[in-house]
Amino acid sequence: MEWEVVIGLEIHVQLSTTTKIFSGASTAFGAEPNTQACAVDLALPGTLPVFNENALRMAVMFGLAVDAEIGKRSVFERKNYFYPDLPKGYQTTQLAEPIVGPGHVDIETDEGVKRRVRIHHAHLEEDAGKSLHEDFHGMSGIDLNRAGTPLVEIVSEPDMRSSKEAAAYARKIHAIVTTLGICDGNMAEGSMRCDCNVSVRPKGQEAFGTRTELKNINSFRFIERAIDTEVARQIDLIEDGGKVVQETRLYDPDRNETRSMRSKEDANDYRYFPCPDLLPVVIDDSYIEAIRATLPELPDARRARFIDEYGLSEYDAGVLSAYRAQADYYEQVVNACGDAKLAANWVMGELAKFLNQSDTDIKDSPVSAEQLGGLLVRIKDNTISGNIAKKVFELMWSRGGSADEIIEAEGLKQVTDTGAIEQIVDEVIANADKQVEQYKAAEPEKRGKMLGFFMGQVMKATGGKANPGAVTGILKQKLDALCD
Amino acid sequence: MSLDRSDVERIAHLARLQIDESDIPSYTENLSSILNLIDQMQQTDTAGVEPLANPLDAVLRLRDDVVSESNQREQLQAVAPAVEKGLFLVPKVIE
Repeated sequence: MEWEVVIGLEIHVQLSTTTKIFSGASTAFGAEPNTQACAVDLALPGTLPVFNENALRMAVMFGLAVDAEIGKRSVFERKNYFYPDLPKGYQTTQLAEPIVGPGHVDIETDEGVKRRVRIHHAHLEEDAGKSLHEDFHGMSGIDLNRAGTPLVEIVSEPDMRSSKEAAAYARKIHAIVTTLGICDGNMAEGSMRCDCNVSVRPKGQEAFGTRTELKNINSFRFIERAIDTEVARQIDLIEDGGKVVQETRLYDPDRNETRSMRSKEDANDYRYFPCPDLLPVVIDDSYIEAIRATLPELPDARRARFIDEYGLSEYDAGVLSAYRAQADYYEQVVNACGDAKLAANWVMGELAKFLNQSDTDIKDSPVSAEQLGGLLVRIKDNTISGNIAKKVFELMWSRGGSADEIIEAEGLKQVTDTGAIEQIVDEVIANADKQVEQYKAAEPEKRGKMLGFFMGQVMKATGGKANPGAVTGILKQKLDALCD
Repeated sequence: MSLDRSDVERIAHLARLQIDESDIPSYTENLSSILNLIDQMQQTDTAGVEPLANPLDAVLRLRDDVVSESNQREQLQAVAPAVEKGLFLVPKVIE
């Protein structure tokens, strides 16, 4: 039987506010345990929440970016459950009246599948603390620094039909929230976490199958793998005559399997009710429009402009516009060197390679956009070849300094003096009787390919500094003269 | 609407309340009469009435995003039953 996969995502985005959603404690990452958990976060008796305007602003920004209706009136509710990292015994969240109503984003997979994914709603809520289960002689350790960190939970409609679409959707949300600057996008630190609701149904059937929820996936690659694994499990189960049980499952990347985490028997009864400590949040058009006026250029618009203005391919434009810091960097390189395609090749090529290898964010790149632009200028004006430029780049990365300084200090300037090149070419030809004979014996149209050997010899003799264009011309001219 | 014994046991479990077996009949009766009152209120015609999230005729005040709390871990943990390496210790919980 042919199966269709149905996926909906719930993405938790940690907002990059300075303080918590309901208290004035800092949200900075990596502090000593419980040093950023104040009386409100600890739910000590008598404390009351005071709502952070910046969290509201960021949620509205997101809503505007996905073309959603903004809730002019939104209400916080209590979601009741017991867990030690939730000191109040409830999570303050929104349910019936969220800040962001229905919206949508357009996605495209690597294979070119395009789809509009509807967003059901997005709501504001608080994060819980962290439980550490190791090494406390049979006890669990609780760190409440994260408790009260503002989150926007973005709930999609079940509109995705493959794991690749789910990953593309998650990437798009990531691109939007980082472009807006409302989230640092650091998935390894948990700034963006994803729950995937997955079900399968026979192709053509309208009713949804029973879904399972895969919790807390924190990388795009794992979204794909977790869904693929779960889909295979569900199909095997059904084809063997079994039934999918609605439950929460955990994806184990080491074993590449999902396993049952807890049954929803009790957990489903959260007994939501409006939080009596918080009044309804009411905003007006002028508040919303003032925020709209501050929105930066969004990834889709930037991608379109990159194609239009710089003549980039759809793929290159998509990669470069997906992350705001990278897009900004790229545009600075273009401004500095005046060559959009060369800049794209270097930002996505050599620079990306070095950033990946050293696990460095482009914002912290040791080679600045101006410096990289300066290097590319020297490729364009034939001071150095592309190969030598890679060497210069490596030195810029490890030692710092401008391209010009390194080219000068290392003596890497390209030899463009034709007299000097001719002399070297003559020597190479004189020492390569065998290859010269082969060249002469070859069909004229095959000779072009045979230049490679001579080219290599000339480059070897000049330490790679000879201008490749000039060498090719001179070699061809001199060798062809021997053939006549 | 009336509750039975198992409803009461379930509500107590969700609220993590330990209740005496012998009290269950009276709880069942009390809670049922509260629900009966609610049933009675439900009879009222509320068509066209906005649901009320809060009885106060006011909207939420907002706070500037500025740190106002300093580290007071020592005082805050002074009353905790068990602490280690800055963490609150609780009976082991495993998902």
